[in-house]
Parts: sequence; C-alpha cells; structure tokens
Amino acid sequence: MEGSVNLQLSAKSVGVFEAFYNSVKPIQIINSTIEMVKPGKLPSGKTEIPFEFPLHMKGNKVLYETYHGVFVNIQYTLRCDMRRSLLAKDLTKTCEFIVHSLSQKGKLMPSPVDFTITPETLQNVKERASLPKFLIRGHLSSTNCIITQPLTGELVVENAEAAVKSIELQLVRVETCGCAEGYARDATEIQNIQIADGDVCRGLPIPIYMVFPRLFTCPTLETTNFKVEFEVNIVVLLHDDHLITENFPLKLCRM
Amino acid sequence: HYVSDMFLCQYACILSLYSCFLRHARSRNYVSEAEMCKLESVPLDFGDYHPLKPITVTESKTKKMNRKGSTSSTSSSSSSSMLDPLSSVLDGTDPLSLFAAAADPVPTTATMDSTRKKRDKDDSPAVGSDFEPWSSKRGEILARYTTTEKLSIVSGSFSRKAATTGSAVSEKVRTRLEELDDLEEGSQKELLNLTQQDYMNRIEELNQSLKDAWSSDQKVKALKIVIQCSKLLSDTTVIQFYPSKFVLITDILDTFGKLVYERIQSMCVDNRVSLPDNFSPECVNDTAKETCLNWFFKIASIRELIPRFYVEAAILKCNKFLSKTGISECLPRLTSMIRGIGDPLVAVYARAYLCRVAPIKYLFTTTCFCLLFQQIHGDTVQNQLVVQCVEIPLYLTLYSPAIDWILQCIAYRAPEILLTEMMERCKKLGNNALLLNSVMSAFRAEFIAARSMDFIGMIKECDESGFPKHLLFRSLGLNLALADPPENDRLQILNEAWKVITKLKNPQDYINCAEVWVEYTCRHFTKREVNTVLADVIKHMTPDRAFEDAYPQLQSIIQKVITYIYDFSLLFSVEKFLPFLDMFQKESVRVEVCKCIMESFIKHQQESTKDPVILNALLHICKTMHDSVNALTLEDEKRMLATLINGFIKMVSFGRDFEQQLSFYVEARSMFCNLEPVLVQLIHSVNQLAMETRKVMKGNHSRKTAAFVRACVAFCFITIPSLSSIFTRLNLYLHSGQVALANQCLSQADAFFKAAVSLVPEVPKMISVDGKMRPSDAFLLEFLCNFFSTLLVVPDHPEQGVLFLVRGLLNVIQDYTWEDNSDDKIRIYTNVLHLLSAMTQEAYIYHVDKVDSNDTLYGGDSKFLTEINKLCETVIAQILDHLKTLGKEETLKRQSQLALYFFNTILAHGDLRNNKLNQLSVNLWNLAQKHGFADTKTMVKTLEYIKRRSNQPEMSHFTDLALRLPLQSRT
Repeated sequence: MEGSVNLQLSAKSVGVFEAFYNSVKPIQIINSTIEMVKPGKLPSGKTEIPFEFPLHMKGNKVLYETYHGVFVNIQYTLRCDMRRSLLAKDLTKTCEFIVHSLSQKGKLMPSPVDFTITPETLQNVKERASLPKFLIRGHLSSTNCIITQPLTGELVVENAEAAVKSIELQLVRVETCGCAEGYARDATEIQNIQIADGDVCRGLPIPIYMVFPRLFTCPTLETTNFKVEFEVNIVVLLHDDHLITENFPLKLCRM
Repeated sequence: HYVSDMFLCQYACILSLYSCFLRHARSRNYVSEAEMCKLESVPLDFGDYHPLKPITVTESKTKKMNRKGSTSSTSSSSSSSMLDPLSSVLDGTDPLSLFAAAADPVPTTATMDSTRKKRDKDDSPAVGSDFEPWSSKRGEILARYTTTEKLSIVSGSFSRKAATTGSAVSEKVRTRLEELDDLEEGSQKELLNLTQQDYMNRIEELNQSLKDAWSSDQKVKALKIVIQCSKLLSDTTVIQFYPSKFVLITDILDTFGKLVYERIQSMCVDNRVSLPDNFSPECVNDTAKETCLNWFFKIASIRELIPRFYVEAAILKCNKFLSKTGISECLPRLTSMIRGIGDPLVAVYARAYLCRVAPIKYLFTTTCFCLLFQQIHGDTVQNQLVVQCVEIPLYLTLYSPAIDWILQCIAYRAPEILLTEMMERCKKLGNNALLLNSVMSAFRAEFIAARSMDFIGMIKECDESGFPKHLLFRSLGLNLALADPPENDRLQILNEAWKVITKLKNPQDYINCAEVWVEYTCRHFTKREVNTVLADVIKHMTPDRAFEDAYPQLQSIIQKVITYIYDFSLLFSVEKFLPFLDMFQKESVRVEVCKCIMESFIKHQQESTKDPVILNALLHICKTMHDSVNALTLEDEKRMLATLINGFIKMVSFGRDFEQQLSFYVEARSMFCNLEPVLVQLIHSVNQLAMETRKVMKGNHSRKTAAFVRACVAFCFITIPSLSSIFTRLNLYLHSGQVALANQCLSQADAFFKAAVSLVPEVPKMISVDGKMRPSDAFLLEFLCNFFSTLLVVPDHPEQGVLFLVRGLLNVIQDYTWEDNSDDKIRIYTNVLHLLSAMTQEAYIYHVDKVDSNDTLYGGDSKFLTEINKLCETVIAQILDHLKTLGKEETLKRQSQLALYFFNTILAHGDLRNNKLNQLSVNLWNLAQKHGFADTKTMVKTLEYIKRRSNQPEMSHFTDLALRLPLQSRT
C-alpha cells in the first residue's frame, strides 16, 4: 500500500527545465507492505486471500483525501506482487483506492454572499464607456461549502442593454506548490456549467446550482508544502461578445 | 357376384311383371289422420327460459380503483401549494416573487404514507383511462407541424476509440471525460440541407445507434448520443418544425431513460429475486445505488444547460433508487432550471417534457407562464421571426401542443378551485389567447361550459393580431359539444359565438369553427336555429366552390345534424337541409352522406310513413345512391346500398290507399332498376299488397279490387324476368303464382307456373353462393318439391290436358341433365309419387280458399284416376330402371338407400292390400338389405313401425307384411 502527494511545477511558474525534471519530490504519506501468503504452492482454481492494512501514517504525516488535480495529485494505491520461480515472470497488479477523511469537527458557518455586477463594479476594464449598461444581482447561499452538497444561489439579470448569450459557472482549482526556490500558484478550470442559455427573462431569478465533481475536488487543503483551494467564477457572456466575470473563493469541507 | 347377378335376373323379371300392374294408392281420410296424429296438447309454461331467447351475459364491471383516496390527497396538497401564487397575484406583487412561489418545493412529500408509496411505483397507474396519454398526442403533433424548409443536424462521428485497458479508476474516468469533451468540441460535422424526411430518418438512426451502443455495453457512447440529441432542442431554426422535432427527440430520451432505469433495476436482482414493483430505497444494494449516483454525477457535469436538463429529466425516475423523496426534491430544481432557457418556445417545451416524465401528482405548481408572454413579444423573438419569415399567429400556435399538455397534466382531476384560480390568472395576464386556448382544451368540459359567457368575454377581449380567434371559438365549441352550459346562457352563447364565426373570411377557418358549433346548435335549439346555421354555412361555402376543400367538415356537420334531429319529418322541414346536401358535388362523398342519412332513417324511423316531404327527399337520396352504382361497384357496396333502399321501401305505407302504394312501387322500380335486391323487395312488397287487399276484402274481390290485384300480379310478372339469379326467379315465380292463385287469378297463376316450368331446364349445374361455386342440385330439389306441393291445388286448365303442369314439369325433369352419380332425379320421382297419390284422394289435404282444385273439378272421375295411374306407372318404371342400373359393386350402397326410400313411400302412400304392391314392397325390403348396406337400426325401427301400424283399424294386413319382412343380421 502506498499513498503519496505528487507535486509538479507548472512551466509558467518555474522554468521549463525545472518543470521537466519535476524538481519537487513526491511526498510519501503512507507506505507499508505485508506478506499475504508464505512461499509455497497455490491450489488450482480460484483462491481468495483476505488481507487488511492498518493505515499507519509515516512519521507525523496527515492522511489527505484523494485528489486529482493538475499540479497536485494525491493518490493511494494498492499493489500486489506475486514473485514466482525463475522461469516464470513475476505478476503485478495495481489498484487505486479512494480516501475520504472523516467529517471535520465543529459546525460549518454559512457565509452567504450577495453580489451586484454593473459596469462600474468591474475591474480590469479598458474602455468603460463602450460597455453596454447592465445590472446583474444575485447571491450565493454560502461560500463555505460541504463537498457533498451542491453550490447553490440565485442570479437575476435585472436589466441589460445587450442580449445575454450565456451565463456559466466556472469551477476553478488553485494549486500552490512551495519548495526551496519559492512557490508556484496556478489556477485551472475543473468544469464549466452553463446555467442560462440565450437571452433570459429580465428580473427572473435563475438558479445557481453546481455539483462538485468527485475525485477532482477535495476539502480545501493547506499544508506547508502545497495548497489546494477552489474558486467559482460567474461568467456572463453578452451577445456583443463582452465577457463579464465575477470571482468567488470557496472553502470546501467535508461534514 | 354370382349370387347377386342371379338375384338381379330374378328380380328384374318380377319387377317388369309388376310394373305393368296398376299402382294402387291408399285412400286416405286426412281429417281423421290429422286427428289421430295430433300431439297431445300441453299447456305451455312461459317461464324465464326460452331456447330462442338471446343470451344476455351480464358482465360485472370492475372499476379501476387505483385512484381511490389519491384524489383527496391531491386536492389537499394542491390547494395548499396553490395558496401562495394566488395570494401573490392578488397582492399584485411582481412576477419575480410569483416565480419564487412557484418554485416552492411541493410540500406533499413529507407525508408519504404507504398508499402513496405504492403509487410511486409508476406514474401510469396513477392516471385513469380518462387521461389522454402522450402517445395519442404524438401522431397529431407530427402530422400538424411540418416544414418544407431545409434542416441541418450536427452529429459526431461515433467511432469507438480503442478500448482503454488502463487499470486505475482515475484513468478510466479521465478517458471517459475526454470522450465527453471530444463530443463537445471536435469530431462533429454538420449535415446541412436535409429535408424533413431525411431529418427524421437521421434521428431514427440515432435512436437505433443508441440502442446498439447500449446493448454492446458502450454506455458512454450512449450518453453521448443522448446529449447530442437533446442539444438539437436548443436549435430553433426552422421554427415551424420545432414541435415535431421535440416529439422525435424526446422519444430518444424516453428510450434512454428506460434503458438506464432497467439496467439499475436489473442490478438489484438479488438471488434471482427481482425488486418488487413498489420497492423502497433500502432494498436497493450499494452497487446499484453507486451506479445510479454515478449517472447523476455524470449528467451534472454536462456543460450545456439544455442537454443537462433533458438528460436529467429523462432519468428522473431513477431517483427512486436513491431516496424516497428523490423525485419530489428534484422536480422543483429542474423546474427552476428551465428559467435559464432564454428562448420562450424552448422553455415551454422543456416544461412539457418535465410534465411528461414526472408523476402527475407532483405537478401542481411546476409551471408558470406569466413571463413567457413578455418574452414572446420581446426583441429577440421578434427578430428571429422576421429572419424566418414566420408570422405571429402561426408562431403562437407552435406553443399549443406544449401548453395543452402541461395544462392537461395539471388540470387532470384537479379540484374546481384550482381551475377557477388558474382562470383568474389568465385574466390577470391580459387574456392571453394562447393560454386561453390551452385552458379550454385541457380543462374539463363541464368546467368550461359552466363559464361559457366568461370565456366568450375573454375571447372577445383578445388581441386581434395574436393567436387566431377562430381557434379559440373552435376550442370553446368543442367543450360545449361535450357539456351543457347553463340553461339561461345558451342562446346568448350561440349568438355571441356565431356573430364572430360568421365574420371569418377564410372558408377553411370558417368551416373548422362552424363544424364544431353545429353540434351545440343541434343539441340545444330547435330547427329554426339549425336552419339559420346551415344557411350561413351554405352562404359561406358556396362562393368560389369553397365546399370542395371542406368535404370532411361538411360531412361531419350532416352527421351531427342527423344525430340530433332524427325525426325525419322535422329534419326535412329544415329548409336548408337539402340545399346543404347539394354542396356535396363529388359523387363519392355525396353517396357517403346519403348512406349516413339512410342509416339514420332506418335506425330511428319507428312507424311507416307517407309524408310526401320525407318520401320525396328520401327518394331523391336513394336515387343518388342508386345512380352511383356502375360496373365497377363492389358487390359489398351494392348489397349495402340495396339494404338501405330496401329499408326505406319497407317503411313506406299509404295505409288503405293501395293504389297509391302500388304506384309508389312502380315508381321505385323505375328508379332502382340496377339493384336486384331492391327489385326482389319490390316484388315481395307488391305480393304483400295483393294479399293485404285480399285480407281487406275477406277473400271476396269486387270488380275493382280484382282489377287491382291483377295489376299487382302483372307488376310481378313483368318484373321477375329482369332478375339475373335463376333461383330467385324460380322462387319468385312460384311465390307470385301462389299469390295469384290465392287471389283467384287462375290464368295468371298458370302463366307464372308455366314460366317456372320453362325456366327449370336453364338451371346451371353450379351456382355462385356467397361468392363460392356450389352445386345447384340441393337448391333445385328443394324448389321442385315445393313446386309439386303447390301443383296439388292448381286446377287443370280446361283447354289443356289432364295434369298439364305436372306432366310438363316431369318432362322437364326427364330431359334435364342430372349429375351422373346422383340420385336426385329418382328422389324427385319418388316425391312425385306422393303428389300423385294425394291427387287421387277424394278430398285433397289442402285447398286454396275460393279456388276449386282438381278434386272438385273431376269429382273422382275414373278417367282422371286412370290418367294418374298411367303417370304412376311411368314414374315407377323409371325408378325401378334406375334401381337396376345401380346394381354395380360401387353403387350398391346407393341402391340400398333408394330402395328403402321407395319402400317407405309405398308403405306410406300405397294400398298394401294389393298383393302385387305388397310383393313389390317385400322385394324392395330385401333389396335394401341384400348387400349389407342397410342400417340395422333403421330397419328395426321400420319393422317396429309396421307392427305398430298393424294394430290400427283397417291395417291388419300390415301384420302379414311384417311377417314377410325378414331382418338380416349383420353377422
């Protein structure tokens, strides 16, 4: 049984070479081996061999939840090797297993967020004058999210001069890898969910609803070496190809 | 062989000897015989049982009780959930809160009792037979919403990638997700310029490949296909086709939903015990649950809104595997998800789909149209319509199937209060015609009918430019045809409605509306109103021959009128009825309509009539039907028309005015000469008329009635030859001859009989019966026996020889070419012997009143008797000759039968005190038994009969006879 955190530096943050050479060493969380069967002969036919492993962490390491990301991967595997006599090849089989941590103690404090998006609230705009007028209001039920529960909220296009083309929710992972040379922080998209298609009715609340995908999300994680955080972007695409984005950091936990 | 030959020689000698002797007919006293043979009269008890009484099967109707108890829960839950939107409307709050109210989760789920769980099993048992299912709407929509424009379809290439053998779960998941991405981005091609048929074929292909993919365990590919299909629903180019597209694609989605459901269900099979129908989530094992959950996760990550909505809705039912309240928790979310769909048409159809997949009980407030209309008139839609050159009224009708369906689901068995409330909401929305129309087609007819005046008011207020008004009136009319509005409003409703209908310019619109309203008019009003309506229809449909395009509707109007006005004197007093019929100028339609009218006449007319109006009109109608007959008309059709015309002829009666009745028949004959069954009916009717006359005159014709009766007879005599079926002619000749005889028209009767005699040689060997060729001998035999019995009472013509007709008929029989291997001729001869023996009696067994038969005419004259005896001789000689020719091995059985038959004849009619005849009968008895073909039982019975007869007075010679008849034992 083996469990490890694989960190990779993106080519953007560190040089191509470092990235290529994978300068950050994988952090082993767990590693143990047991002998299941003593040397000998297996009877013909199907043989089932029961086994069990205690999950003893290495040193004072923490058992993180399974997570598949781009620059951070937390993976647990079982490998079974069967050594055979000289003439036959050894047999190997590997299998991933998923680790979910126990519910975190304490009560989750809901943290609702209301938001209003107008041309004025936007940052990062070159020519504010050329923007069509719009007013989008809404709220997220909570930015502290339970990973098994969907992200919910509502969004109302109160008015918009230009027709709305699409409104989407973009789930983003922010992975930070720290090492001796410094750290690299990268945000990449996990999934993109369209919640409105076409020119929606003005003044009609559109539900915000997104299920967190399994494997690709885990409770927000902060360690000394690396961090895994999540954010959601609300993206409004107007018919004249204006793209309006509002970003909300999330905190995921398992309850 | 030798023995039989010997016997034959000897036997032939005896026979030839006897044949020159006179045959002695037994003299009979018919009255005393009848007395003796009469059965003891037993008083009859007419109890319940009668063998001819039709059997009535009383079927105990098993009423479907599956909705029992649920209605109440429905009503309670609905009223509670409806409370919010109602108050919000009344408060005048903005539509936003209205929608929020609508989105409230249905608060019924917490109180799920065990009966409810049962109904969870399937949504279909929850609806009764009065719920019009989607499948019946499907075809209608496909037929109605078509296009000639070119369509396009986006399709991926569903080539299966090399199977991933990677062991790690993550890898598998990754590849799957990649495949999904593939579908969304690359590997697609757009097929342009498809015709509607191509498009439908393509979708059918997709449906097939979905099934193939599923059965070959390519679940990801199946999901891809489904996603791709549902994506087509976001495309509203060629908008006229959208409703049909919806139908086609949701078929695929339904297939998919079913496949997933069945797969998960099959995973729950534990120890070969499959899941009970009303399972609870606890019975579902973890693997099945995990698979189910996996589907939902997979679907939740579909990027685009519309496919995500449709695919999740398609597998909505699978929520049952996860939790009891799954479906009811999902529905509000899916409902609110629809708000994200910008195009109002797409959104409405999405709602309709949700109503289709969700169990009806959850559907109280899942829908709201308030903002829909705002959107329809918004810029985006308007622009789109301009681009596609679609006008608003047409565009609005595209909504109908979806809204109809949604309202039907909501209104199904819904309480009155809900309907009232919904109507109020319509009003608040400024009487939107589209919604109004759907309300009228979805709600209960009784509900609509009771508020007809309100509806008319609302229809009137509707915007002219929007939804076509004639459709609204049509929908209202359809309801009024099913249920009655309040008594006081009825006339006003008609007036108001017709005021609008009559102003419709387009004949098609007009007739579609009028067709519906005619029923209402017929149902509640008198002929005056019906007349007015018909006149109006004629006025509208005549210009430019508009009726040519509206035959089905016009036909249905006639149907409705005759369903309600079946008193034909009243019907024909509707002045515009016949002019209305004149609009049917295409012959096939015209004949159809005539048939309907005649059917109704035959069904409803109780008493015979002489009303000149009815007669004239119906004669005209019958003439129309008759004139449609030509060389190509099918036999069935002819038979049907003839039955209808016959039905009419039978219902005509001028009472005591027999002459007029006859002239009617004469007129009818000239009119319906092409339909033989009608002519036959006319002959029978005229014969009946003659007998009726006789009855009225109590058998004593006056000069005037005698002339009239002769006229009747003449009618028959000249009509019969025009028939083609030979047996019909023969029987009618005989029948009419009997009628003539009964009316003392002796020479006319002779003429009939002569005609019959001369017709017999023409009887063919085979005749067609019900389209099959059958040998005619049985019919001929029957006819001839009947004929001979009649001839007993026919007096000889003074100028012709004795028994002129009998001789003539015998000659014809002699010359007729009979089948080689049949004994029919001999059987007839044997029967002639019965006749001849009856003719020698002093008083005949029956007479025709007021006609002297030969017994009175000749008074037992010896010359007459000699003539008869001569005839007997000839006939017996013929019989014996024939018996002789049957002496061959293969015909011995027939010989035996005939001999016994002949023996019985002699026994019954011959005077066996005559020694020679006695000897002949003994010989026949022996002959019958000679070769062992005689039925022992029959022989024993016959012998017993003879012994019994011998006990009767004057029958003592039978004792001797019995002694001379040996019984041959089989051994």
